[in-house]
Amino acid sequence: MTIDTSVPPSDARQVGQHTPELLLTGEHHLCPGCGEPLALRCLLDTITDLGVTHRTIGVVGIGCYTAFTTSLDVDVVQALHGRAPSVATGVKRMRPDRVVFTLQGDGDMVNEGLQEVLHTAARGEAVTCVLLNNGVFGETGGHMTATTVLGQRTKNTLEGRDAGYHGYPILIGDLIARLDGAAYVARGSVHNAGAVARTKKMVRRALEAQEAGGFSFVEVLTMCPTGWFVPTADGPEYLHETLGEVHVMGELKVDGRVRSTEELRVENVARQREIEARLAAGGLD
Amino acid sequence: MTSIAVQSADRRLMEGSEAIALAAIAAGCRFFAGYPMTPFTEVLEHFARYLPDVGGTCINAESELEAVGMAWGALATGARAATGSTGQGLSLMQESFAEITLAELPLVIFDLARGQGDYFQATRGGGHGDYRHLVLAPVDITETVELTQLAFHLADRWRNPVLVYGDYLTAHVEEAVAVTALDFGPVPDKDWALDGSATGTGASRLVSPLGLAKSGAEPVGIEAHLRAIDAKQRAITAAEPRAESGYLDDAETVVVAFGSPARFVRAVVRDLRAGGARVGYVRPITLWPFPADVVADAASGVRTVACFELCAGQMIDDVRLAVLGRAPVVGIGGISTDGSGFGVGRLLDMDTIRARILAVHEGGPDAELPPLPDNERTLW
Amino acid sequence: MSTVLSRGTVTLDVEACKGCELCITACPPRVLTMGTAANRAGFRYPLLEPGCTGCAACLFVCPDFCFEVFRFDTPVATEVPA
Repeated sequence: MTIDTSVPPSDARQVGQHTPELLLTGEHHLCPGCGEPLALRCLLDTITDLGVTHRTIGVVGIGCYTAFTTSLDVDVVQALHGRAPSVATGVKRMRPDRVVFTLQGDGDMVNEGLQEVLHTAARGEAVTCVLLNNGVFGETGGHMTATTVLGQRTKNTLEGRDAGYHGYPILIGDLIARLDGAAYVARGSVHNAGAVARTKKMVRRALEAQEAGGFSFVEVLTMCPTGWFVPTADGPEYLHETLGEVHVMGELKVDGRVRSTEELRVENVARQREIEARLAAGGLD
Repeated sequence: MTSIAVQSADRRLMEGSEAIALAAIAAGCRFFAGYPMTPFTEVLEHFARYLPDVGGTCINAESELEAVGMAWGALATGARAATGSTGQGLSLMQESFAEITLAELPLVIFDLARGQGDYFQATRGGGHGDYRHLVLAPVDITETVELTQLAFHLADRWRNPVLVYGDYLTAHVEEAVAVTALDFGPVPDKDWALDGSATGTGASRLVSPLGLAKSGAEPVGIEAHLRAIDAKQRAITAAEPRAESGYLDDAETVVVAFGSPARFVRAVVRDLRAGGARVGYVRPITLWPFPADVVADAASGVRTVACFELCAGQMIDDVRLAVLGRAPVVGIGGISTDGSGFGVGRLLDMDTIRARILAVHEGGPDAELPPLPDNERTLW
Repeated sequence: MSTVLSRGTVTLDVEACKGCELCITACPPRVLTMGTAANRAGFRYPLLEPGCTGCAACLFVCPDFCFEVFRFDTPVATEVPA
């Protein structure tokens, strides 16, 4: 007993936006079940909501998400792998009244470009670095990065990342939070609707922190079922239970205060319950 | 602080590093990023001192990789921007140099090299792919003031990076110069520059090396894009070679040299001419595009073409290609540096150079050259 | 027969769907199920049963921007087999 979903109803009001205003088209070649478009929606909808559209410039790194440079209705400069924060610095210094963001994956930002993002944060450049963290180099086939967690299976850690052989992951959000130059640091996730809603709020606070003159950072954990060798429907659970256990979701630094992982874990349990209740009641708005 | 206009309009003694910064600012450069490295460091210092006075920005980047990245971002907004280093630092920037060329951004690069062995890096491009940068090699500080400004003009005119090749002497020799703004004519509008205002209009812009276009527009594609860059660089090759030469009409020996050492060579050749020796010289001002026609003409009817360069021999390849067998080409320079390896060595000396030119002028292309002078000490 | 109230409904862009099934898990009232038919690209796509609350969780989690979500002014009642 199914309902016709091909035509919109007549006596109803629309909720939310089909495709973000700042995407020229919703079509893309990213894999089924990829979390990156969800993170991108959080960013683009927030730019629209804040009314900063006509003064936003993006700096995009190299990864699967690079494909969006042609569909983003945003003034964009393409940077090399790892190099977006320095390019963003140059853009912002020449155009200090613009909103400047970087869009980078974990291979890009935490492997190739670790130095760039740390120094950009330490200098307190008024830009917002957005990290799409799926714990693998997605575009080149799913190999280990600096954020891959112990036990996580990737193309070159098929038995799971081993501390003795492969070393330990870098928790980049936590590292940046401890730099005095970083004004707002948060880690979101897109493993379910509630997480997406929380992430969108983090992006908003990050852009507001930039407008107030500080460096802000939003890490978003995203699914990569292709890189993880899991069925698409299992991606969110795998994300939450592997990456999400180590790179803990939450606002890592707010108003100058670094928050502990324990504090975040407690908060996450409470927030998830609250969100489930609201969804059951009919919506997150 | 004295206004920069007063500082630069007065004719006064200044080192080349300072002249570079002031000339760049006169040309409208408002962004510089660099990382300290000898003998380039003072260029960074002078930009740091003067740029804020004109509302510009100078950043001490965390490494050369970030310095060129920051300049990339500044360029994308349509600003005149530069970076620089010595050859070792430019080595780190090569990937970005290649991609900035493909993104058709007008980067100006200052190479204060440790000698003349960065010629290949500058002219062949140390990065990947079929790209070239215009390379300008000033002979003295006065010409540095002119070529620095010309660099920004050519970079904008062609939407291609331009490298200014100097060395320890360029950086540290002081000459009396007045830095005044030079007008080289109009350059195209930067309608590709990003300022965020096109975001959300359906006509937003993309600055990219990849030949992509926003969805809805026809992408050029990477192959067509690379070919278009190649076509542009051929046009530059036809339009922009520059050289200075002298005493060529009846020369039996022609000496080719560039940059600071060419100043010595030119003075020696002038002396030799005064003494009746039929020696001439060609001084390439653009190392790329190399003034091949001038060198080829100079080599016609000549007994020996002698290349003087402070390195194992790099420009000599271009000289040989230009001469194409019209005359024998020999190298009369060599590796010569000071104890630190940053500066210039004992080869850069009028008497030493005169002896080497006379050896081939009197003995022909196969003449034995005097042994290279050595350093007396090392710093390390 | 029993009555199911739908407070909302959705439209689905069938041809954009890549069959990832994230919406199936995300839907709190569990009114999305994968059908057996395939779109032009060969992906199966979800079908909607009565009981949608218009919460938009599906819209939030769809990587291919397939959904539009609507809330009825008055909930719609549907008779379904018990």
